[in-house]
Amino acid sequence: MQHTLTIARRQFRAYFDGPVAYIVVCTALLILGAFFWNTFFLFGRATAREMFNFLPIIMILGAPAMTMNLLAEEKRTGTIELLATMPIRDSAIIIGKFLGVLGLYAVMLALTLTYPYSVARLGDLDWGPVITGYLGLLLQGGAMLALGLLASSWTQNQIVAYFVGASLCFGFWIIDRFIVFMPAGVASVFEWLSFDYHFQSMARGVIDTRDVVYFLSVIGLALGLAFRSLESRRWS
Amino acid sequence: MHEAMIEANGLSKRYGEAYALRDVSFRVNKGEVLGFLGPNGAGKTTTMKLLTCFMAPSSGSARVNGCEIGSDSLGARAAIGYLPESTPLYTEMLVNDYLEFAGQMRGLKGHPLVKAMRRVIEQASLGDVLGKSIGQLSKGYRQRVGLAQALIHEPPILILDEPMSGLDPNQAVEIRDVIRDIGKERTVILSTHNLAEVQVTCGRVLIIAKGRLVADDTPDTLQARAGQVLLELEVLSEGTSVAALKSLLDALPGIRQVQVSADPEAGLLRAVLTPAAGRDGADHAARAAVFRAVSAAGVTLVGLRQLQGSLEQVFRELTLSGPQGDSAHHTHALTDPGNAQALDSVHAETALSDTTPSDATSADAASSGVGAGPAASEPAQKVSSAPVDDPQNR
Repeated sequence: MQHTLTIARRQFRAYFDGPVAYIVVCTALLILGAFFWNTFFLFGRATAREMFNFLPIIMILGAPAMTMNLLAEEKRTGTIELLATMPIRDSAIIIGKFLGVLGLYAVMLALTLTYPYSVARLGDLDWGPVITGYLGLLLQGGAMLALGLLASSWTQNQIVAYFVGASLCFGFWIIDRFIVFMPAGVASVFEWLSFDYHFQSMARGVIDTRDVVYFLSVIGLALGLAFRSLESRRWS
Repeated sequence: MHEAMIEANGLSKRYGEAYALRDVSFRVNKGEVLGFLGPNGAGKTTTMKLLTCFMAPSSGSARVNGCEIGSDSLGARAAIGYLPESTPLYTEMLVNDYLEFAGQMRGLKGHPLVKAMRRVIEQASLGDVLGKSIGQLSKGYRQRVGLAQALIHEPPILILDEPMSGLDPNQAVEIRDVIRDIGKERTVILSTHNLAEVQVTCGRVLIIAKGRLVADDTPDTLQARAGQVLLELEVLSEGTSVAALKSLLDALPGIRQVQVSADPEAGLLRAVLTPAAGRDGADHAARAAVFRAVSAAGVTLVGLRQLQGSLEQVFRELTLSGPQGDSAHHTHALTDPGNAQALDSVHAETALSDTTPSDATSADAASSGVGAGPAASEPAQKVSSAPVDDPQNR
């Protein structure tokens, strides 16, 4: 556990030693701000709903940018060899890396709080759905980051990791848009698999345990597969 | 009986059908500095990756500090300080932060961590660069940071993969001194292709070729195997031929073997002579005989010099030939002049360490005693089939 946190801390700090963190966070905040305030003044409603529509889309592109280097870069430069020969379990590496990037994402989310805060100053904001929405963002973002980490564990090339990660995130997000073309049985499965389906109820202010369990399962599954992928170096 | 820190039993590693390592067994005792020698791709790095539990062997087993690498890999890893090939480090981190991270990963914290950091900073003389990011450091300093992180938990075993490669001679000497210091109290395995390095640093040498262990001995004994002094002569190719020169030299008494090659561009023929057992290229009689024979035949002699056998020669014999039986002839894998120059430079180094017996009988006796490796008692095949590229440049 101690080692996991050590890895998480190093990873978190490494983001701020390089440009990646600043670029991703600033870009996300800029885009989000532009869309958010645009619609805010257009409709004149004191709500943070628009943010919950845009941020997941931004994260489809942003999450893989945060995760692409996690394992791919370590494999390319060989630092994974030092890390994996420390007396720690491979799971500590995966979980530590995940927590590190989750920390960066949490910082980004914390900074977006300025938007609902400003809205609350301008009008009468209902904080309930905002809080559940943020929990949803954290869970959904966590799932995207876990998928990005998984993609990063498959390759030494950051660009490949980025596009594979973005495709995975996009796939999970878009999957329920096709259900109109599908037979009912299949459609409900696809709907259930979709990020958006589980996220939307949270953004409306409803916390359903099934949604929470869904996101946690995706995270667990992705991290588990990333663990297998890291471990496979031993036998290949 | 010494305590075995590392015991490898029949380690093999297969990638698909190809063996990277095949049935390698050895043991390393406490306090030994063991050199791993072999051409690139011979299996040195693979062996190290197996011992450090980065990869699992396809078959075979190993115990590191009493811990089985398969079942107690965490215990084995805890006993090892590892410096992988080409020193991979987090280049964006500050030296100080990196050492702190390495210490924390080894379970150190609080005061012991601070103490350990101070100790390795001292050992690797990193005091001046603590506040720099690793990416800014020179190769030599980076190597020292790598050593420092490997030493931070005072491991009983150090595994260093090519710690001197890519360093300039001054840096190499510095790193070598650090390693020698460490080797006084710890077990060290290091891999290298620098033979001079091995002679100076290591108490024992394992030579690996094509995934197999071909020799396991002290550098001195291996050196003695090649202790014979050879003669190299150059003659103008005008008025003679490879075959004529060879038959001329073959007829000389006291010469056991002759290798002749042509260098048409320079208009020269080159011959390397191996003196017969009991004779030595260093004695005047042999050289005088060569000179008289050659001039009597009307051939123009333009060069005649002695070649000192070296560890490099043994290395070439063992690694180029592979395990094939031809123990009747103890031939020397010496072919091209470029290689002879390499030998000279190695010899310049080895002269310092006083390990150059020039007595052929003792050399032969020693070679028959080199029996530790599976193929160590089977010296090289004939020179002519040996590829002529230099293992150091590959």
